[in-house]
Amino acid sequence: MNGVHDLGGMHGLGRVDVEENEPVFHKHWEKTIFGTMLATLGQGLYNLDAFRHGIEIMNPAHYLTSTYYEHWLESVEKNLIANGVIDRDELDARTQQFLRDPETAVPEREDPELADNLSQLGRHGASTKREVVAKSRFEVGDRVRTRNIHPRGHTRLPQYVRDKQGIIERAYGAFVLPDTNAHGEGENPEYVYSVRFDGEEVWGDSAEPREVVYVDLWESYLEPLKERAD
Amino acid sequence: MSVEWTTGTGSHPEPEDEVAARAKALESLLIEKGLVSTDAIDRIVSAYESDIGPMLGAKVVARAWSDPKFKEQLLEDASAACEQLGIGGMQGEHMVVVENSSRVHNTVVCTLCSCYPWPVLGLPPNWYKYPEYRSRTVLEPRKVLREEFGLDIDEATEIHVWDSSAEIRYFVLPERPEGTEGMSEEELAALVTRDSMIGVRKPRTPEETR
Repeated sequence: MNGVHDLGGMHGLGRVDVEENEPVFHKHWEKTIFGTMLATLGQGLYNLDAFRHGIEIMNPAHYLTSTYYEHWLESVEKNLIANGVIDRDELDARTQQFLRDPETAVPEREDPELADNLSQLGRHGASTKREVVAKSRFEVGDRVRTRNIHPRGHTRLPQYVRDKQGIIERAYGAFVLPDTNAHGEGENPEYVYSVRFDGEEVWGDSAEPREVVYVDLWESYLEPLKERAD
Repeated sequence: MSVEWTTGTGSHPEPEDEVAARAKALESLLIEKGLVSTDAIDRIVSAYESDIGPMLGAKVVARAWSDPKFKEQLLEDASAACEQLGIGGMQGEHMVVVENSSRVHNTVVCTLCSCYPWPVLGLPPNWYKYPEYRSRTVLEPRKVLREEFGLDIDEATEIHVWDSSAEIRYFVLPERPEGTEGMSEEELAALVTRDSMIGVRKPRTPEETR
């Protein structure tokens, strides 16, 4: 979707605010959200693409004015509600209870197996690389043009590199396609490439000298340049 | 299944106590349903607070500076090379290292969200996740590095920006600082900062650590 999250090249957002000696978490509730997200994602209650999309569909003004872990909270809530894991009304009621009495204790529960599984996920990850039988359409060195598409759902083709010429720099093998996986429409793995774009191709006269941008793109975002010229 | 999403809650930033209450409400419901546990959350939080951070990436860089064979493996398959040092995991399943030189300076960004190589750098700092850095770094990388990080990249040096738009996670192998001949891997690792592996600053010099 052409959403506010797709920030590459936007003007007017201001200076980068670097905090010296920044802690990993600033507030206790950030830890709660971080751990809850990983535990629910790790159990397959939603996938990472659906999680990212849940952030993208936030109200745009709210997206820009809220903190990173609020984004996470928004999306975890939406995904768990959409998948029937929790109910919006019970969540709202419980939130009101904590607002009325912030000292209300959060229930505690030990589950060593879940704790082990989550630690294992942290240590080993969960690759979305897949083996596919189809041959890749492009090779390193091929000239390509990104497609001029504007999907309403989730995509990983940023707006600033749509309808641009580039060169395949690296070929990474096939990965789950976020565009379908985010919407429960299957993994549909496709080859992913690092595509090299010259600064002038992307930004015209506004490009800085000797700038190159590399963007990782799925095969269906690309077309061979020669077909386009026909 | 296609999901119809509701829109957000409006343009007014929510008071922090409301966010904290929502987080506690969510955790409570999931604990009652047996889907999360206190120990699972505590352990994963503690891992990223204490054990997984830029000191791991610094070990990798120091090894690459010291051992040409390891450096070759790192540039060929960073995840496999890091695993030799017992480093790897979530958000680093497919890591790629890009090497700085006098000819090329590399910088990493994620314009669409905040993808970052967790196993070597830990969780990202806020500035990496917020709109300012994400919007500007692909458009005016030299200006961002100069004005926001005090790093002036010579005009003759190419600047390469890596937008982490898929599941590949990039980090930078900075140039080894001068005057570090004969230093041990441990001493070298102390020069390697998080920011030097994102590509927004240079590593420390031996003088700066004294």
